[in-house]
Amino acid sequence: MNAIAKLYTDLVTFIPFEPVRNGINLIIPALSIASLVLFTVFVLIWWERRLIAFIQVRLGPNRLGPAGLFQSFADALKVMLKEDIVTRDADKVLFSLAPILVFVPGLLVYSMVPVGNGLVVADVRVAIFMFLSIASLATLGILMAGWASNNKYSLLGGIRAVAQAISYEIPLLLSIMGVIMLTGSMSIVDIVNAQNTVWNIITQPLAFFIFFTCSLSEVNRIPFDLPEAESELVSGYNTEYSGFKFAMFFLAEYINTFTLGAMCTLLFFGGWRFPFDSYLGETGQLLSTQLGPLWFLIKTMFFFSVVVWIRGTLPRVRTDQLMAFAWKYLLPLALFNIFITAIVLAFINGLI
Amino acid sequence: MSVEFKTEEMVINMGPHHPSTHGVLRLILKIDGEIVKDVKPVIGYLHRSIERLGQDRNYYTYFPVVDRVDYISICAAEAPLVMAVEKIGGIDVPERAEYIRVITLELTRLMSHLFWLGTFMLDLGATTVIMYALREREKIIDFMEELTGQRMMFNYYRYGGVNADIPEGWLEKVNSFCDYFLKMVDEYEILISKNPIFLKRVEGIGVISKEDAVKYGACGPILRASGIKCDVRRDEPYSVYDRFDFDIPTGKNGDTLDRYIVRMQEMRESVKIIRQAVKQIPSGPCLKKKLNQNFKIPVGEAYCQVEAPRGNMGVYLISNGTSTASRVKYRAPSYANLQMLPAVLKGAFISDIMAIFGSFDVILPEVDR
Repeated sequence: MNAIAKLYTDLVTFIPFEPVRNGINLIIPALSIASLVLFTVFVLIWWERRLIAFIQVRLGPNRLGPAGLFQSFADALKVMLKEDIVTRDADKVLFSLAPILVFVPGLLVYSMVPVGNGLVVADVRVAIFMFLSIASLATLGILMAGWASNNKYSLLGGIRAVAQAISYEIPLLLSIMGVIMLTGSMSIVDIVNAQNTVWNIITQPLAFFIFFTCSLSEVNRIPFDLPEAESELVSGYNTEYSGFKFAMFFLAEYINTFTLGAMCTLLFFGGWRFPFDSYLGETGQLLSTQLGPLWFLIKTMFFFSVVVWIRGTLPRVRTDQLMAFAWKYLLPLALFNIFITAIVLAFINGLI
Repeated sequence: MSVEFKTEEMVINMGPHHPSTHGVLRLILKIDGEIVKDVKPVIGYLHRSIERLGQDRNYYTYFPVVDRVDYISICAAEAPLVMAVEKIGGIDVPERAEYIRVITLELTRLMSHLFWLGTFMLDLGATTVIMYALREREKIIDFMEELTGQRMMFNYYRYGGVNADIPEGWLEKVNSFCDYFLKMVDEYEILISKNPIFLKRVEGIGVISKEDAVKYGACGPILRASGIKCDVRRDEPYSVYDRFDFDIPTGKNGDTLDRYIVRMQEMRESVKIIRQAVKQIPSGPCLKKKLNQNFKIPVGEAYCQVEAPRGNMGVYLISNGTSTASRVKYRAPSYANLQMLPAVLKGAFISDIMAIFGSFDVILPEVDR
């Protein structure tokens, strides 16, 4: 990993013009992480389909390629070649804008995610803040999709999605506050670096469970997938979409689920660190720094698998029960977590 | 001080094509936000003139048509017609055939309840249960294929018995399936029954009181879940049901959870009946006399009813002495149960529509015939 980074920086110094060098330093890492994420999403789609098939006593895709690995590429190709239907009375501008607004914020988050030691596109000082604001943009896209489809089912799906997203954003933020208080910084790189001795899951277990539940709701996954409830609203806000626009919704959902796993590992499970690496001395450090991206990937895939497992097991929650759960249970629990964290921190710093 | 927020009711059409209306049922919903104000079911999309065909075809060639009245629980639609013709015509049925009929009727009940369980949970969002339920159902379908040659639309009963005798080893296979199946029912209960999300979706939803159930003419598990112990196999025993020992499960509150519990218990009771029938089955012929295609029965009328998985399935047969019926009228349980839907759905959420309608277990081919 470090060898590749060194090679890249050496190559860039050969370019004479300063602005061009800065431009390349911005574009290449961004493009590389975007393409890496998209490639990962193809693997994720295959992984989810196989895992949920095994849970449901069936096989999943197993014909195209070894164990069905090329199925996602075949599906992507098919969906790009399909006819792009815009319904007659749909609001054309909003209809075309909505998938973009749902897809792009999902990718933007990955510019702030460190996948290894020092491997981050942009070390933003207020990364958590940016992450949450970008995630809220996706909700706007869903509402746009529901309204612009000129379809009562889609509208219902869009409304449900907005209500759900707004209700669960607040406990999400409050659960991260505990982690931020412990670290003293909103930058994700700092949070990961601060977990070099003990992971945040040990010090903030309640926050982790609240964060996981709220993220499941933000991503619109079972048990919170009312906006796209197949048995009630046919397909919710993306009923009228076909072709590449539908693909963007579909990919955005998988990217968001991957972000859920990535955030869980970065904020609570030590990011790219090997478990107990501070106790293993020299080998521990080598393992973490040289093979960082591998551990990151393994941990994120584990959380993704847990999300798929939950999808295969639990039924759907009703809208009013969903919002009651957020406002009446998760919000007080998150506030309680902050309270306890504050008291413990005050003890440690000798203020009490 | 409160500000009046102007809202409008939205008329939404859960059209005939919908992943959740079990069959082609059209529901015209008037909703206010997420709450249903009024619902109007529109039926008739699956009408195939099955009753009219009874007046064109003679009894022998009419019989395969009758399988299609309810294609999920096939024997429950064949049985009342066979019993009505035998009653008018005074045709004797040998004992072995009666026992075989009971076994197939109970296996049909298992098939139907498994299908109901799968689709009910699919409506609620749990997508795995349908795969498990259909796996069990495939095993039962394999038994019926061995017995009758068909996976669906068995066309197995004949006037005076059944078509063919049980093949070698079939009874032992059914017996060992019963043991396996009881374990599977326990597994489903572990997965579903204590799940808090499931309980919140079904407890207290769609309550039908005892008086309402009787007033609307409900039948089957809906009636039993409201607390009324009413079952055709107990009240007016037909075939050899009076020789078996089984319970009639009832519920307490008449909500969706009770309908779920009643059907799960009924699956266990069916297994009890099958086991007893397999033990008690006598030897002998399964069809005393094969009637020729144009057999006539005397003039008369008969009404025979059967406990179908969905309720009280009956056939009212009017015969005019020829080999073709004068009128065949099917009393379908789902038709009676569907009439209750607007009353029960008032004030429910859209998500509750699926839970309540799923628990009613309405099958459209029965409703439309």
